[in-house]
Amino acid sequence: MANTAEAHHDDHDHHMPGFFTRWFCSTNHKDIGTLYILVSFIAAIIGGAMSWYIRLELAEPGIQYIDDFQFYNVLVTAHGFLMVFFVVMPAMIGGFGNWFVPLMIGAPDMAFPRMNNISLWLLVAGFILLLLSAVIGDGPGTGWTVYPPLSNQEYQPGPSVDLGILSLHLAGASSILGAINFIVTIFNMRAPGMTIHRMPLFVWAILITAFLLLLALPVLAGALTMLLTDRNFGTAFFVSGQGGDPVLWQHLFWFFGHPEVYIIIIPAFGIVSQIVSTFSNKPVFGYLGMAYAMSAIGVVGFIVWAHHMFTIGFDVSTRAYFTAATMVIAVPTGVKIFSWLATMWGGSIKFEVPMLYALGFIFLFVVGGVTGITLANASADLVFHDTYFVVAHFHYVMAIAAILAMFAGYFYWIGKMSGRKYPRGLAKLQFWVFFIGVNVLFFPQHFSGFAGMPRRIPDYPAPYEGWNYVSSLGALITMIGTILFFIIVWRTFYGEEAEANEWGEGATTLEWAVASPAPWHTHEVLPDMTGKAPAE
Amino acid sequence: MASSESNHPYHLVNPSKWPFVGSLAGFIMATGGIYYMHDGSIFAFLAGTALMLYVMYGWWSDVISEAEGGVDHTSVVKHGLRVGMVLFITSEVMFFFAFFWAFFDATVPLITRTAHEIWPPEGVVPFAAFGIPFLNTLILLTSGATVTVAHHKILHGDRAGCGRWLAYTVILGLIFTGLQAYEYIHATFGFTDGIYSSTFYLATGFHGFHVIVGTLFLLVCYFRTKKGHFTADTHIGFEAAAWYWHFVDVVWLFLFVCIYWWGGSGYVPPS
Repeated sequence: MANTAEAHHDDHDHHMPGFFTRWFCSTNHKDIGTLYILVSFIAAIIGGAMSWYIRLELAEPGIQYIDDFQFYNVLVTAHGFLMVFFVVMPAMIGGFGNWFVPLMIGAPDMAFPRMNNISLWLLVAGFILLLLSAVIGDGPGTGWTVYPPLSNQEYQPGPSVDLGILSLHLAGASSILGAINFIVTIFNMRAPGMTIHRMPLFVWAILITAFLLLLALPVLAGALTMLLTDRNFGTAFFVSGQGGDPVLWQHLFWFFGHPEVYIIIIPAFGIVSQIVSTFSNKPVFGYLGMAYAMSAIGVVGFIVWAHHMFTIGFDVSTRAYFTAATMVIAVPTGVKIFSWLATMWGGSIKFEVPMLYALGFIFLFVVGGVTGITLANASADLVFHDTYFVVAHFHYVMAIAAILAMFAGYFYWIGKMSGRKYPRGLAKLQFWVFFIGVNVLFFPQHFSGFAGMPRRIPDYPAPYEGWNYVSSLGALITMIGTILFFIIVWRTFYGEEAEANEWGEGATTLEWAVASPAPWHTHEVLPDMTGKAPAE
Repeated sequence: MASSESNHPYHLVNPSKWPFVGSLAGFIMATGGIYYMHDGSIFAFLAGTALMLYVMYGWWSDVISEAEGGVDHTSVVKHGLRVGMVLFITSEVMFFFAFFWAFFDATVPLITRTAHEIWPPEGVVPFAAFGIPFLNTLILLTSGATVTVAHHKILHGDRAGCGRWLAYTVILGLIFTGLQAYEYIHATFGFTDGIYSSTFYLATGFHGFHVIVGTLFLLVCYFRTKKGHFTADTHIGFEAAAWYWHFVDVVWLFLFVCIYWWGGSGYVPPS
């Protein structure tokens, strides 16, 4: 019925609701996506400020600013939680996913618009709980991994860790509901002719991410529940004195935690694929290979978790298995990197700001991937475990690579979202400041780590001073880059008006077929994609 | 909002206060729960729970009235609702996966070497698997059959028959919950008596909670059948409840085989 229907533009129920109804009771995927991005901005400022305070303390050996070490641990913990659960996930999945999955597949909204909104508000509730956990009592000084026995009542008395646990419960419920929503939307609401094998790669990325969320987060919920009852109701899951097993927590946590890493990076793959294709003016090289490489990364992500725990005393065969399985991930990841390079090969490349960020992402992701191969070796990891080498590795691969992909997506889509163009010169400057900043910040940490500097300690011996000072200078440059970004966001409101398709013929996906800013309701007449080329 | 002039088969939902109020309820439950755990009053938690129940009532009432309106729930939307329910059950399976992992971590030296060599641990007197637990298995399996009969009745348009068999299912669910409560009261091991108690009570406890939720779900379906909401063609709510009930049933089979039967088989009575 849909694709044959005549267009009716009689504006039934299209009047804009009042402020409270529009923003608090929303059932509109674009408004909800905007709110997600707003949450991400706020969390990024707080989480970023924490990391700069950490770098300030670490700029020199000895204790400068943070003489309460529990507080240092709280900073490290809250920084991790904020960045993972309340910055990257809301921006990429909640923000860009909500905005552009329906637009790209030609659907008028998400499958469950009301459930979409409770995902958003549960995330906000979790965010507030996490902030409360940091300010009530002594704060959670456990690291984002919350390992017992450190996280037991004995070492972390007071309500802080409990607030953190329930914060993650709410954020997890939010993500599970969001995942169900995305999967149903993508399976059930594609425009006529938009087969699975014609979906843009960003939609593929969100689909795979949603499956990872659906399968990984309930396991974390179970583990968190056990920790909660251990702390407050006298169970013994992780209490070795009563027959429990602290390592069980590590298994459950990392069974969730490793897919979580891919939950963060796979949407970045999707964004970068769209951008590289657009600005090379070519379809993505090896579209199906790219889609199934992401799927393979998602599947293998569930069977490598114990490479985070090589030091707990596995036998040799277990270490051999998890080393080998981890190495296997390099294969589909290599498929992606080389396909991006092949997409650019022979293309007429335009170095617009999103493209700069996408290229920056590829560089950072390769650096982090290579150190990942190093760390995958169980025997090497015994030495690197808990050093700054690990910190450098995962910040390259899932922190700054993900942030660069978020910036890439922001500059790619802000015209579509706001109807305004960002200030181009300032944005290019911001890219270089930020890109240099994060590299100066994290590259020296490889050297500190190689030399044996332990993570999560506010003080260090004098020989580590040099690279730590450089690293802190990098944090300063990154901070300038971040402030520049928010200036750009502000200036964008006064920018020139964006055309419907500001990127030209390379931008082939459906979001460029609607006006800028995207009208409140889009695709009310479903686009017919029958017989069209794969919309990469 | 669904207008008869819509150009597509999807349901664009009108703005709703329930998600925001529901999140507020979740926030109050979380903070109130923590206040209670740290020796405060339980009042805030109960208030949050009451608000949450109110939201669930209001939200699902809206869904039912949209379904009964006859316009919003097109065949495409119904398909989406079914897929959504299957995905929700999948996430529930993964939740129980964590508790089974905890159980096997304590009992099988598979990856960690800290598993117990003697299970149940010394001093724990487990339930005889083929006493009440086996009876409960039979009750749940029977209830799975009765809910299927109810489904066949509605498929043939027999609303009265469907309601009758749903009532049998609900009663079987209540008997199961009653027997579980009886078992808990007469257990020889307390909630805080070490890892055996922890795995036993949280795994069976969360299952019991899901049985109660499933029973309520079926009870709602019973009343909706009485009101004539379900037809031979369309009974999404009933299908969801039945799937949920089968899921609860299957989790029980695993609990029975692993925790009650195999997990109790190492017990040596003191001579």
